[in-house]
Amino acid sequence: MREITYLEAVREAMSQEMRKNDDVFILGEDIGVYGGAFGVTRGMIEEFGPERVRNTPISESGIAGAAVGSALTGMRPILELQFSDFITIALDQIANQAAKVRYMYGGKGKVPMVLRTPSGSGTGAAAQHSQSLEAWVAHVPGLKVVQPSTAYDVKGLLKAAMDDDNPVIFYEHKLLYKSKSDVPEEQYSIPLGQADVKREGTDTTIVATAIMVQRALEAADELEKEGISVEVIDPRTLVPLDEETIIKSVSKTGRLVVVHEAVKRGGYGGEIASMIAESAAFDYLDAPIKRLGGAESPIPYNPELEKAHVPQVPDIVKAVKETLNRK
Amino acid sequence: MEKLNVPEQISNDKLKDIYKQMWLIRYFDEKVDEFFAKGMIHGTTHLAVGQEASAAGACAVIEQKDKITSTHRGHGHCIAKGATVDKMMAELFGRTTGYCKGKGGSMHIADVEMGNLGANGIVAGGIPLAVGSALTAHMKKLDYVTLCFFGDGATNEGSFHEALNLASVWNLPVIFICENNQYGMSGSVKEMVKVEDIATRSKSYGFPGVVVDGNDVVEMMNVTNEAVERARKGEGPTLIEAKTYRWKGHSKSDAKKYRTREEEKEWKAKDGIKRFKEVLLEANILTEEQEEVLRKEAKKEVEDSVEFAKNSPMPGKEELLTDVYA
Ligand SMILES: Cc1ncc(C[n+]2csc(CCOP(=O)(O)OP(=O)(O)O)c2C)c(N)n1
Ligand SMILES: [Mg+2]
Repeated sequence: MREITYLEAVREAMSQEMRKNDDVFILGEDIGVYGGAFGVTRGMIEEFGPERVRNTPISESGIAGAAVGSALTGMRPILELQFSDFITIALDQIANQAAKVRYMYGGKGKVPMVLRTPSGSGTGAAAQHSQSLEAWVAHVPGLKVVQPSTAYDVKGLLKAAMDDDNPVIFYEHKLLYKSKSDVPEEQYSIPLGQADVKREGTDTTIVATAIMVQRALEAADELEKEGISVEVIDPRTLVPLDEETIIKSVSKTGRLVVVHEAVKRGGYGGEIASMIAESAAFDYLDAPIKRLGGAESPIPYNPELEKAHVPQVPDIVKAVKETLNRK
Repeated sequence: MEKLNVPEQISNDKLKDIYKQMWLIRYFDEKVDEFFAKGMIHGTTHLAVGQEASAAGACAVIEQKDKITSTHRGHGHCIAKGATVDKMMAELFGRTTGYCKGKGGSMHIADVEMGNLGANGIVAGGIPLAVGSALTAHMKKLDYVTLCFFGDGATNEGSFHEALNLASVWNLPVIFICENNQYGMSGSVKEMVKVEDIATRSKSYGFPGVVVDGNDVVEMMNVTNEAVERARKGEGPTLIEAKTYRWKGHSKSDAKKYRTREEEKEWKAKDGIKRFKEVLLEANILTEEQEEVLRKEAKKEVEDSVEFAKNSPMPGKEELLTDVYA
């Protein structure tokens, strides 16, 4: 198998689908000759032309609504939002329209669209270009929410998202675009709602999302040197959530650390923690659940402050040790 | 010495200040460009090299009590509204002495007390804010106007249209200044807007729109002054479209595949600074020697700002959680 980057995997997933299915098209700002703000669509307008790679005006609400409307009438759009922060502008069309149309219409009609967007901090882009707002959309019934953490996962999950007949919010992480893994050339699908055990262990379970999966794995490596065995689970999709895999793991280890980049307060980690508290795994807990997340402030510009905002490897190491009452 | 055809309140000394300020804007952004290229500043930046005349000309006719809102390409507006480059450079270096204590960076420089309501990372985000600022002036019967800067690309956002309509129906003292530099990132205005002049968009909202050569600082002053007078008299908003061009790429990395080197050359020939210099020399307001002195002063201010920034302290970790709430 060959290695490709996360970014290339996203592009390949879209291109392969677009070659097969004329109903699939992509729209977004600067996705034409510019190749998208992060270069994901580079070369696609050359292959598919401006009808199917639609370079749009700067109009997030308009293009989101156009995606929803075209999906409702037979197309399968992929909407690229330049930064996930701008979902705030598109949100009426996503939360009030896309998510609810089918239900409000009594099960008639469907909205098969994917909203792809890069999220996360670490690039010095400050408060309005660095947020992780996945909990906002996870709160809205009718939307599915995906957060891939590897090149392999992103290709398979995007295929599943494009095949899905529902609106899927697909978060790509800026810092992961250059990360590489073995990725099959042919199309394959990873079902939405299937977590992945990224590392097996016995002492503590870490549930981590997006860039935090990498950091959790690094933390696990460090902890192993001290004889602590950590299991790392990547849910991969927040909605639907693979509760079973997490419950099984926590029942085995008896300890849980949940870590995401999004602000801790109101973050999806709270959902995972309370899911465990309500489950059969509760009886197996040997320590309070630990949650790690972003600080309760906007994301600062200064690089040191920006780092301090978000959980880092030492924070995860410390949290795991706390669940084990170790220093 | 001749008197130029400029607003009454603009003295010849003021014209020299404006000239120097244009160089200050250019040198500042060129310095920032250099630092980003060398990796000395992190994050991203948007430079207004080539667009100095619109910021300098528009802000020349307002007073300290007046307010502005700016954009991601906002260093020029900031300087023109009277910011010191020391605190701006310190902000870009993420230092405590910066305008935002290092928390905002290039896209968020603001000085609320001085009437600069901030740059903005959200395209068109500042336009409704400017309307709100004008609403305060109206409701509190304060005699200030608000200049609202934004780009051509921003006029395709819903915020632009909603804000213009609000300003119109409430008859507010706000001047919308669209700096049409021909592109919103890679989107050519020819492809993204179907009207010839963005200024005509004001017609849908029932107030005047004016097209102006955005690289002509004198014309910028005159047109803005007229709009400001209208606003102060309670006659409502104006939309000014300043046609200009950004010389550099959109932001830090931009291969500029969406435009030609030819086109860039044509626009560079219309350099607003060079043209203003010729006007000032011709009118004997400035001599060649004086011109050089002003330019050198501007350059030195920028050099000094770098020293100031480098010698300023970094914020401590405790700053992460301050300033979140008032
Ligand atoms: C709401 C929103 N959409 C997209 C972006 C990304 N973006 C930043 S600047 C820019 C282009 C803006 O064009 P224009 O308004 O013409 O201003 P210019 O950059 O030309 O000064 C884009 C698309 C953003 N920051 N905010
Ligand atoms: Mg523009």
